[in-house]
Amino acid sequence: MNHIAPGRNAGVYSYDDIDRRFVAERVEQFRAQVERRLSGELTEEEFKPLRLMNGLYLQLHAYMLRVAVPYGVLTSHQLRKLAGIGRKYDKGYGHFTTRQNLQFNWIKLEDTPAILNELAEVDMHALQTSGNCVRNVTTDQFVGAARDEVVDGRVYAEILRQWTTLHPEFTYLPRKFKIAIMGSDADRAAIRVHDVGVFAKRNERGEVGFTFYVGGGLGRSPFVGKLIRDWVPEEDFVAYLEAILRVYNQYGRRDNIYKARIKILVHELGQEKFTQEVEEEFARLRGPKYRLAPEIVDEIRRRFGGPAFETLTDEPESLQAAKAANPDFARWVAVNVVAHKVPGYAAATISLKPAGGIPGDATSEQMELVADLADAHSFGELRVSHAQNLVLAHVRQDALFTLWTALEANGLGTPNAGLIGDIIACPGLDYCALANARSIPLAQAISARFADPARQQTIGELGIKISGCINACGHHHVGAIGILGVDKKGEEFYQITVGGDPTLTTAIGDILGPAVTADETVDAIEAIVEVYLSNRHDGERFLDTLKRVGHGPFKERVYAAH
Amino acid sequence: MPLIKDGRIVEDAWVAVADGEPVPADRPAIVTFERWQAERASFDGRNAALGLRVKSGTLAPAIAADLDRFALVAIEFPKFRDGRGFSTARELRERYGYEGEIRAVGHVIPDQYQFLVRTGFTSAEAPEHTKPESWAHALTEITVAFQPSLDDPQPLSLLRRRLGS
Amino acid sequence: MALNDKSRNEAVLQAITANRLRDGEVIFLAPGSAVGSGVAWVERLEDAALFEDAATADAALAAAKAQAEGERFAVDVYAFDLRVADGQRLPVKTRERIRALGPTVRIDLGKQAAA
Repeated sequence: MNHIAPGRNAGVYSYDDIDRRFVAERVEQFRAQVERRLSGELTEEEFKPLRLMNGLYLQLHAYMLRVAVPYGVLTSHQLRKLAGIGRKYDKGYGHFTTRQNLQFNWIKLEDTPAILNELAEVDMHALQTSGNCVRNVTTDQFVGAARDEVVDGRVYAEILRQWTTLHPEFTYLPRKFKIAIMGSDADRAAIRVHDVGVFAKRNERGEVGFTFYVGGGLGRSPFVGKLIRDWVPEEDFVAYLEAILRVYNQYGRRDNIYKARIKILVHELGQEKFTQEVEEEFARLRGPKYRLAPEIVDEIRRRFGGPAFETLTDEPESLQAAKAANPDFARWVAVNVVAHKVPGYAAATISLKPAGGIPGDATSEQMELVADLADAHSFGELRVSHAQNLVLAHVRQDALFTLWTALEANGLGTPNAGLIGDIIACPGLDYCALANARSIPLAQAISARFADPARQQTIGELGIKISGCINACGHHHVGAIGILGVDKKGEEFYQITVGGDPTLTTAIGDILGPAVTADETVDAIEAIVEVYLSNRHDGERFLDTLKRVGHGPFKERVYAAH
Repeated sequence: MPLIKDGRIVEDAWVAVADGEPVPADRPAIVTFERWQAERASFDGRNAALGLRVKSGTLAPAIAADLDRFALVAIEFPKFRDGRGFSTARELRERYGYEGEIRAVGHVIPDQYQFLVRTGFTSAEAPEHTKPESWAHALTEITVAFQPSLDDPQPLSLLRRRLGS
Repeated sequence: MALNDKSRNEAVLQAITANRLRDGEVIFLAPGSAVGSGVAWVERLEDAALFEDAATADAALAAAKAQAEGERFAVDVYAFDLRVADGQRLPVKTRERIRALGPTVRIDLGKQAAA
């Protein structure tokens, strides 16, 4: 077994005394802000943005604390701490989000300084997980492990984390600002539906550079990000982002909250004019002050360390034998396990989507179990995916069966990564103060309807994404099937979209027809799946069939009874 | 409203002149950008220092050409959440080399003070009920920064800097 | 899974709600609260003050808001509609039913769990 001290060589950025001092100071700053609010020195209007910038929302039943999991990577040690906080200050569970973070739903304001203190003990915080600032940077859940990876995005995501932390100029932006980064030719981070989406790549000389997409986003006005520069050299990475943010901070709309995201600025100025503004600002900013020197990049990379992989071969005999002997295990491997850049290893998705379960929820006990499994099988390191699952990224292939056996025994072996049961859902009206309708009960009903793993595998890759309001935290616009909860005179209705796609072929889904009730929605999904299965050609995914046959047959079947 | 400089309340040598009111000739006075545009010739030959007050939507390039006429630029924050002023101040310093006083006026809170200093502000108008100790404390509670800025920070290592205060 | 609304014919009343500042708990304005005579809050909808006419509700809301901010007791103070059927108080909107009870997907949690 590979027991590695957390944060040392596990491939997780290791804090030093300066990082720790900063987080400790920030906790004390927030403690003082809470005291000033309780004493009346700060009004609620003044306090709200301050608490939001520390991840603290007021939701329907209590405060909600959103803990940052920077680019979705954490140590077993950190996950155990989260489990403990869930038990001590919450109700024994947490919710993993589409932004690779963790939310606690039942938090007391007066407890938050103590919770932040506990987080600081394991080099964690809740900084900038909300508010009109640059949010937690997200990336590929297989970062640093994927076989198709060209550039390790963690290094640049960490540089961004540091650079955006309490940025003096960009902490009171017109609206929130989300950056995602990918280091592969594939897109597993929905790059083009972020305010800024970045592909890290290499030129023919092997140098690192970045392709920038700006102005993507979901919500009320969904947009696919526009390419504004194909190659930004590594040393200009920070300067270029600084230029984008300065243009946005100065020209982004502040008169209307629904038009304040950068996507509206890009749309209103036009891609060309916006690009020109950024380029002019960049030309002024470029220089030694903002230069990202190679030594900085090397130092950050060094502080990630990296697992000490052994020399192994793919598909060891023991794995083949286990798959042959156990069809359920074979199915889990086929669905939830992907290739690793190092032969003999694999990345395994731990589904938090059991049939009929609450997507993304994990109990403190489950978190502790996964932490133990991460220690035993993945160098003490794990990830949160934007699909609200957990990932052990560096598992020896000959240990997969042992891992699966432990997961299966604890209800965490659901073989549905990327399948119809792997539903993304926001908390919806069961928890969220902004929601118009519930999301979770619908996700539960759909995943229960499609509970049979064999049927799910037959259906194949099909992402259902559910949002309880137009803010689209459940990414419904980019679901192959998207579901948006709406309120019609006090009743919950659901609008179905099809054809959304968060990958390289990014597309916003189209509305299929009038909104229907929750029960009707489940039947509608079934109808859509039936039409797909009866029309598909060999090897076609749902999206392929949809593209070929169009909406007609789907619409006809779904609304046949209306 | 109390004026904050270097973390404490100080005497304000400047008088803010509302549009339409006479501008005192014998003491430093702040006029609005709108008035400056309309009546700029009337300030020819003025000896006492002149300051300019700009709304949050008036960005640095709009006043750049006249900067040498002003010993002070007051940047308005209509509400503290409107952060355009941080970019305006920074551009005045970094892009246009402005060396006069830059003052935050309108609604700013102590929790923004360090950001104000780091983007080039030299003074801030605090709300009437403000607690001076909160402003003083705001300059010392965070000692590490991750970006270059205007308060002459000392690099600690790589991205990190010790904040000067 | 729908929260059925079977009481459309009952008179619509109002109650006043907020979240307690220090812990976020959902609270309701207690009977007898008014400007001058003091404002009190309760944690259960069954114990909340109900208002039949808009003028009384508005006055109570103003008093509640003043106390909430003045004493830093509560935030997001507002009035909502409800009906009473068979002695049960039923908010008109799903959102307020969920606030009064707890998440529908975790009936072991929230106010409904203590019932």
